[in-house]
Amino acid sequence: MIRSPRSRRAQAALASMLTLPLALTACGGGSNGGGSNSGGDSSTLRVLDYYNNEPSKTVWQKAIDACGKQAGVTIQREAVPGATLIQKVLQQASSRTLPDVLMLDNPDLQQIAQSGALTPLNDLGLKADGYVEGVVNASTYKGKLYGLQPITNTIGLFYNKDLLAKAGVTPPTTWAELKTAAKKLTSGGTYGLAFSAPANYEGTWQFLPFMWSNGGDEKNIATPQTAQAVQLWVDLMNDGSVSKSALNWTQADVNDQFRAGKAAMAINGPWQFPALDEDKSVKYEVAQIPAPVAGKPVVAPLGGETWAVPQTGNKDKQAKAAKVIACLNSDDNQLSLAKDTQTIPTKTALLAKFSSSNPNMAGFVDQIPTARARTGELGADWPKAATKIYTAFQSALTGQATPAKALETAQNG
Amino acid sequence: MAGDGTVAGPRFWQSHHFQNRAAQVLFLAPAVIYMVAFFGYPIVKNFVMAFQEYSTSTFYTGEAPWVGFANYSAVVSSPVFGKAMLNTVLFTAGSIAAQFVIGLALAMFFRRRFPLNGVLRSLMLLPWLIPLIVSGAVWRWILDKDNGALNRFLAAIGVATDHPGWLTSTSLALVAVILVNIWIGIPFNLTILYGGLQDIPEDLYEAAALDGASSWHRFRYVTWPLLRPVVSVVLVLGVVYTIKVLDVILALTGGGPANASQTIATQSYHLSFQQFDFGQGAALGNILIAISLVFAIFYLRANRRAVDE
Repeated sequence: MIRSPRSRRAQAALASMLTLPLALTACGGGSNGGGSNSGGDSSTLRVLDYYNNEPSKTVWQKAIDACGKQAGVTIQREAVPGATLIQKVLQQASSRTLPDVLMLDNPDLQQIAQSGALTPLNDLGLKADGYVEGVVNASTYKGKLYGLQPITNTIGLFYNKDLLAKAGVTPPTTWAELKTAAKKLTSGGTYGLAFSAPANYEGTWQFLPFMWSNGGDEKNIATPQTAQAVQLWVDLMNDGSVSKSALNWTQADVNDQFRAGKAAMAINGPWQFPALDEDKSVKYEVAQIPAPVAGKPVVAPLGGETWAVPQTGNKDKQAKAAKVIACLNSDDNQLSLAKDTQTIPTKTALLAKFSSSNPNMAGFVDQIPTARARTGELGADWPKAATKIYTAFQSALTGQATPAKALETAQNG
Repeated sequence: MAGDGTVAGPRFWQSHHFQNRAAQVLFLAPAVIYMVAFFGYPIVKNFVMAFQEYSTSTFYTGEAPWVGFANYSAVVSSPVFGKAMLNTVLFTAGSIAAQFVIGLALAMFFRRRFPLNGVLRSLMLLPWLIPLIVSGAVWRWILDKDNGALNRFLAAIGVATDHPGWLTSTSLALVAVILVNIWIGIPFNLTILYGGLQDIPEDLYEAAALDGASSWHRFRYVTWPLLRPVVSVVLVLGVVYTIKVLDVILALTGGGPANASQTIATQSYHLSFQQFDFGQGAALGNILIAISLVFAIFYLRANRRAVDE
């Protein structure tokens, strides 16, 4: 999931400057295997995740504690800020102090699995039967399952009901409708649409539903399909329907614009609900992201975090860790975690039930069966492709090059 | 055995000479250990890393295959490199020039005696005291295109009614980050230069005034020559600090839009911590270190010449 505000990125920069030398220093002593986890009693499991903000922090604490109890272990949990998790994991990998249960943002899983630091879950008796395909793809590396993801999320089209009613506009379902609706809704200080298109992975994440739904693919972005998707964003900006500021907006900024009524529609995720609901005056609903043409399925990106068992060398603890992860993924836990943290369960059979009991999530849930994982195709090479994608659309949106040319340059760069 | 005569005098470790040496070594040891552990090791490690394929896997397996100059050729031949290098030069030169001139002007100004001088001078340090994360967020808001304070002000006085995109236009983004960096750098220049001015004896100015020197002449022939050593310190440190600036740019534009404010430092950060290609990130970092080193050598040579004279 991509929800970090800009300041967090700067913090991460500082944090990583500080932690890299430490991580590197730790490399020296890392070759002896086993490490501190191999010995000792196996009645305590160390858990590492990045749910360090309320309400997620407490919700997850309760769920993990309950699952620990069920597996007969006490839980020692550490929740670090999102931007520092990977640095922490790399540090722990080199000093052989990885936790017993590790949460990872789903696009990072294959990166870590590639290093050999994770245990294949199949070996521990866990399977991903009945899960949404895209979710399983993200947690699979070289044919083996390395993570189980209890909840997911994606992005949809938020719209301000009052502003749409006033302009006599119905929620757009196709790109053509999106363009006309956005133009009609733009007046005075209000833009028709807001999205986040900065020069980072958050921008790529927001662009993916347009690129993928139109048949674009990250293996080669220099295609007419992807160019059309970039063209849509360029048109929306050139029409004046989207502020040029989108080039520097985080998704949190987009939400601020939407909440302040400065954008009638916005591309955003369900994690914005709590912030939006603080202001009762904004009446909004969520629809699916418009498809290129009517009837074509929308392919949205899958967010959320997956749970893995690192190679700690302690078989007993690994077995118990697998039990905790299986418990977090039980039907009941998927449903309650999803409800309490504004996310979506990952088992296909639970979607309809969840959607009917949480109507505000319907717009997102409907997209899940066809949604894709960012690392589904390229695995650990995803970051390079993601960089190319945002480099291309930024170049086109700022008028440096035509969409086709910008994509070609980025693909070859 | 006392009879064989080998230990006639004081033992070696009791000799004065040895004790002097030991004391010297002991006094040196903390500094040497500190330098080796916190400067030597990271630099050597970074240097070696640039010749390796150093990925996330390396942290766990410890395996980093030797790739020779492949990392260097990859980062130098990347299309971003030329742009980032030019941006780094513009960013550094622009920041330093303005910081220095404004800092010097303010230092001269605060040399006069007037009420509230001390209070105002300490207020000038504010940009230095505010955490960059905070000032970055505030500047982002000030420079926002649609609702930013700066554009509202410019529109209100009728200077720029079309709301320029300070952070979102490819022609303005670099200018905007330079402006914010100048704001951050002024206190440093002011403080050091003010300290340098305090060391210039007052009677030299009195003598110059008696000789009928104008204020320009007093600056040119008294202030400037005596301030020279301080100026070279400020400029060299300024270059070394500015060339590696990361947080300001990350907080404001993240290197965007379309790499318009990408520098060698931000690109190196991106390669290491976003793409997890630590080898290429290190290679780019080493290029940055080499440039800093050139300035450091200039500085040392200039200093030596000053001593020789």
